[in-house]
Amino acid sequence: MASKDNVFVVLSLSGGNDGLNTVIPYTNGLYRDFRPHLGIPQDQVIPLNDTLGLHPTMAPLKEFWDAGKLAIFLGIGYPHPSYSHFRSMDIWHTCEPVKVGTEGWLGQAIKEIDPHAQNVLTGVNYGRGLPRALAKEGVPVASVGNLDTYGLLTGIEGQDQRTQALDVFSRMYGPTIGHDYALSYIRRTGTDALKGADILATAPSKYTSNVTYSNTSVGQYMKNIAQTHLANFGTRILYTTSPYNGFDTHANEAAAHAKLWTDVSETVKTFFEDLRQHQASDNVTLFMFSEFGRRISDNGSGTDHGAASVAFAVGEHVKGGLYGEYPSLERSKQEEGGNLKYNMDFRSVYSTILEDWLGMAPEPIVGGSFERVRFLH
Amino acid sequence: MANQEDIALMGHLLRRAGFGASRAEIEAKAAQGYNAVVEELLNPEAQPALEDDLVLRYNPVYNHSANIQTNVQQWVYWMINNPRQLQEKMSLFWHMIFCAGHSKIDSGEEMVRMIGMFREHGMGNFRDLLMRLSTSPAMMYYLDNTESHKVAVNENYGRELLELFSLGVGKDEAFNYSEDDVKACARAFTGWNNAPAYPPFPYGRSPWEFRYDPADHDESEKTFLGETGRWNGEDIVNLICKQPATARFLSRHLYNFFVADEVPVPSWRLTPPKDAEAINILEKAYFDSGYEINAMLRALFTSNFFKAESVRFAKVKNPAEMVVSILRMTGDHCGEVKPGLFDVSEEPKFMGMDLMNPPTVEGWHTGHEWIDSGTLVERINFAAEYLGRTDLPGVQDMINRLMARGQSLSAEAFVDGCSDMVGCVNITEDTRRELVTHAQRGGELRHGTAAERADFTRKCSEMFQMLAATGEFQFC
Repeated sequence: MASKDNVFVVLSLSGGNDGLNTVIPYTNGLYRDFRPHLGIPQDQVIPLNDTLGLHPTMAPLKEFWDAGKLAIFLGIGYPHPSYSHFRSMDIWHTCEPVKVGTEGWLGQAIKEIDPHAQNVLTGVNYGRGLPRALAKEGVPVASVGNLDTYGLLTGIEGQDQRTQALDVFSRMYGPTIGHDYALSYIRRTGTDALKGADILATAPSKYTSNVTYSNTSVGQYMKNIAQTHLANFGTRILYTTSPYNGFDTHANEAAAHAKLWTDVSETVKTFFEDLRQHQASDNVTLFMFSEFGRRISDNGSGTDHGAASVAFAVGEHVKGGLYGEYPSLERSKQEEGGNLKYNMDFRSVYSTILEDWLGMAPEPIVGGSFERVRFLH
Repeated sequence: MANQEDIALMGHLLRRAGFGASRAEIEAKAAQGYNAVVEELLNPEAQPALEDDLVLRYNPVYNHSANIQTNVQQWVYWMINNPRQLQEKMSLFWHMIFCAGHSKIDSGEEMVRMIGMFREHGMGNFRDLLMRLSTSPAMMYYLDNTESHKVAVNENYGRELLELFSLGVGKDEAFNYSEDDVKACARAFTGWNNAPAYPPFPYGRSPWEFRYDPADHDESEKTFLGETGRWNGEDIVNLICKQPATARFLSRHLYNFFVADEVPVPSWRLTPPKDAEAINILEKAYFDSGYEINAMLRALFTSNFFKAESVRFAKVKNPAEMVVSILRMTGDHCGEVKPGLFDVSEEPKFMGMDLMNPPTVEGWHTGHEWIDSGTLVERINFAAEYLGRTDLPGVQDMINRLMARGQSLSAEAFVDGCSDMVGCVNITEDTRRELVTHAQRGGELRHGTAAERADFTRKCSEMFQMLAATGEFQFC
């Protein structure tokens, strides 16, 4: 039985998801005008209400909507949008839209949850390298490229040899007294890393399931997240990123975007099915966002970098529905450069997650007081 | 024939003044003599230039590419293969101080141009370099000088030029400049702008171009660091260069990068240098030579403070050093263009150093701050993977050299030999004891028969990997 502490899962849709073709204002004439090449025909849209509908590939997510467990944040963004992938992603990661921040909001949350880093797996990332959202000095976060092979000295041939080598490793990293600060620090870190790897390595073998995740990187990483959650390591924050810059659909968007949302929608459905079969979905909320949306007008085959977009939360405690307003497509109400103008600050959603789901004061983490979006119960 | 100490010293020099070397190259250079190698490093033109048209022939897409990963790949290829190693190391040195990042610049080509400028001029005159920096279109844009106008001054470049690129906040506890100096400096750089970009269609983006606009320059009188005049940007650079604070700041940076990890830069006002005598030597070289960086480097590499045992392995390898030195040691991606460079050039990012994209204008936090539980795993696994590959020429060569040390090796001699080969001669007694105990379990180390050679090779591979996993291997 999973521990009942609330768990927060992030799936970052890297590259800038085209919000306008994700949650589609399908009855709006301006949508047809601005999207002559990429507009989704009205009869293919999956309606949510009389004006908005989902991309045709998102039927699996629509099931969460019908069950009242999908929250959709409309017009989400921040003031003075950046159109650079890196900078905009950093802003979402650090909640610092003006100056450059180095500490991630979830790194800070992990520090709150586990101030003395007693559990080296309070936060786990799936993917190579650490997203800045999880970065904070003194906060150990395991970053796992491949759970099945994760660990140290994985190249040593033979199981016995590797076990012996890891045993030597743990003893080499043991003594931290009598050395200079840097070496002692590295040895403590190595001991933490080995401990984390040792624990994580047991997750796949503990795991049995009747569901099958798609053989895509999103599918496999979300499976790893389920494996980690189901293994009861006390992990509270789990993070993964869809293939780097995959949503950056400057060209050939129609096919690419459909494939991306097929993978994501099916994976989310599989993930929750998996957790439900294990009675372990009750304490999990999943959040999906992208660093920005895309230009209102298509460019003939794709769309260029834009501003406000949509974000999603899925979970048993999510109050399904639409939050915020759909940004106007009228030229006079657009963000400069032909983009959608935000009306919901992402820090409002973060504040709500931190306060209502993770039980901590959001202000120091998001850098101020933002109106809450009460989408959790 | 070079002796062990000569080899150890040459390994130290090549790890610091370059990105390491294969065992064979270290021995060859040690035989050449320390001073001769230092002169070679200090006179890059004496070496052949890297033939980068070879790279372009294999990868035409690299030419004027806006994509950032492509340009990072090019740079990593240069780091591995540039015969002028100190020149390449200096391009990294300046990139870590004169920080501009792709996150804002959003043009891989402009980033690689800036790195090229560091490569070409990074060992020249500091005054000249500051002028090139202050007329670099990428830097003007990165630090908002393009937004700075006579009637509306933006202080970003003016401030960072003083705080991060030349004087530093303070020395010997005093402050090096006032807020008024920042304002004067920023006013002097008004009008230092970029030319409007050509429309990108139909031929794609064109390189950015610096343009001075006299009509947008504030010509009025300014007082900067106590001197009054109608200063323009170039006057400011001249005034900066003659300050003892600039000599100090540059000397501490060189010491921190080439000699031993210092406390983080923001602490330099209050924390005295680790080695005050060394800093004095470098400061003197700066003024005696008329701000020549090469003269400071010569003073540094020929000094006793650089050669001292106490500073060897006193630096945590930065991720670029870790990745590139492993490739140079094992001989992969050396002297040939082949697939796989993309993956290799992504590795520093996984270890916390996204090349051409420092986290802020203050650059990366260095020293032990390179290491966290995620990056340490990446570092160990990368180094171990390559050192364990007995098909790589550098690894094969190390194994052959170990075999040449005797018909049969004791566990102690084996561990010492392996650590010598991978340049990890700093292993502590407690680590060595564990490795020797481990080696003893494997029985006698012989290589007379084919079966013994196979076993010996496997044991070398395993021991190299275990050495790559040590805390000690994280240092250079």
